Amino acid sequence: MINVRLRKIFRTNDAPFSLDVDFSIRGKTAVLFGPSGSGKSLTLHCLAGLVRPDGGSIRLKERILYDNTVFIPARHRRIGYMFQDYALFPHLNVLQNVAYARSGFFARHPRRDDRETAMLERFGIGHLSRRMPGQLSGGQRQRVALARALNADPELLLLDEPFSALDTLLRERLRRELRDLFATLTIPVIIITHDPEDVDIFAADIILYGAGNARPVPDYQEIRAGFASAGDCLRRLQETAVMPESS
Amino acid sequence: MGVLDISVLGALGLSLRVAGLATLISCVAAMFMAWLLARKKSPLPTFLDAACTLPLVLPPTVLGYYLILLVGRRGLIGKWLNDVGITLIFSWQGAVIAATIVVFPLLYKSVRAALEQVNPHLENAARTLGASEWRVFVSISLPLAWKGIFAGLILAFARGMGEFGATLMIAGNIPGKTQTLALAIYDAFQAGNDLLAAQLVTLTSCVCVFLLMAAEAFTTQKGRNS
Repeated sequence: MINVRLRKIFRTNDAPFSLDVDFSIRGKTAVLFGPSGSGKSLTLHCLAGLVRPDGGSIRLKERILYDNTVFIPARHRRIGYMFQDYALFPHLNVLQNVAYARSGFFARHPRRDDRETAMLERFGIGHLSRRMPGQLSGGQRQRVALARALNADPELLLLDEPFSALDTLLRERLRRELRDLFATLTIPVIIITHDPEDVDIFAADIILYGAGNARPVPDYQEIRAGFASAGDCLRRLQETAVMPESS
Repeated sequence: MGVLDISVLGALGLSLRVAGLATLISCVAAMFMAWLLARKKSPLPTFLDAACTLPLVLPPTVLGYYLILLVGRRGLIGKWLNDVGITLIFSWQGAVIAATIVVFPLLYKSVRAALEQVNPHLENAARTLGASEWRVFVSISLPLAWKGIFAGLILAFARGMGEFGATLMIAGNIPGKTQTLALAIYDAFQAGNDLLAAQLVTLTSCVCVFLLMAAEAFTTQKGRNS
């Protein structure tokens, strides 16, 4: 159970952007769906503790991560974050990247104990442990990023557009791989996407984003059954999403 | 000693020592300031940022004057240092202080620019993996910004070698004690000792060209590895 209530106003050069969202996630996977610039990444940044909201509260199970008096910094939140570009450390090899959360200060000489080995094997990247991120394919990079995040023992996993850096064919395959992986995880996962295909594969809970606000769609599966494709269904939902805002 | 006078070698040694120490001290200070100012969001950084760049635009003689007010025998800090028996004026340590202030903006600017080049996602990724701000800086930001910082180091060292104005005012021009290459050239030229001046000029040029070539070789080799 994750409760999120956030207010944040950004003053950029052009227009001020204001995020105002309030939702809860009960299931194991949730999808934040919406156009770019609607505040999805900002929400994840706030969840991970990388951005301090102006107000609201964040609760993960029994743990309060943020409210009026509490702000737990990112390093103590135990929230895994996979960035859109995977953000692998380019000066460290695959093993050093994966072991970062549990290795020494400089991360140069990671212990390669059973745990790291098992993690590398689990993602089928054991043979790549000495490679540098620059020498990896897109799919391999994603696996390293996932292994690195999970090796830190997170209590929640956040994925920011996990497939946007990949070509279409690879996307198909990794989508299934990721779904199988999630089935083995005991922690909840939140995924950002603007691809309806992703919603079909992953969605349990879906949070619909539009220009700085969010609307949970708890009965998404039922609504989806009435449409030919996920794209049609989501388009319809986005159109109707304006209604509660104006009332 | 035939072609190269022993005092010439002394001046070269002093120049290298002063420039080297000044670069080192400035580099540590510049990293600290760049780290501090890149993070905190308040009106203070704008002022501090300007203050860090000021030595670049002020004439070295003006810097020398300020430094005398600060560390001179009757200066703010100098008075206190004098009581403990430390005199910075007319000492090679004074030359180091002058050079440190002069080269600081060069290092500050390049460290700052190099750190800003680092993809913030990488630093954020390290944070979510449990790294403290200090660990993020040392294990992620610095190694990735190292090339830019190294370029700044070379630039600062070369500038430190050529430092004249502020050094002259703080440390004076005492042969064998505070006379660096740049000062020795001026001295020899003024005294009409054209041969010595030519030797010193050639020597300085060679050292600087060698430095630039070494820096070039080092950075391109590094570039091929990564």
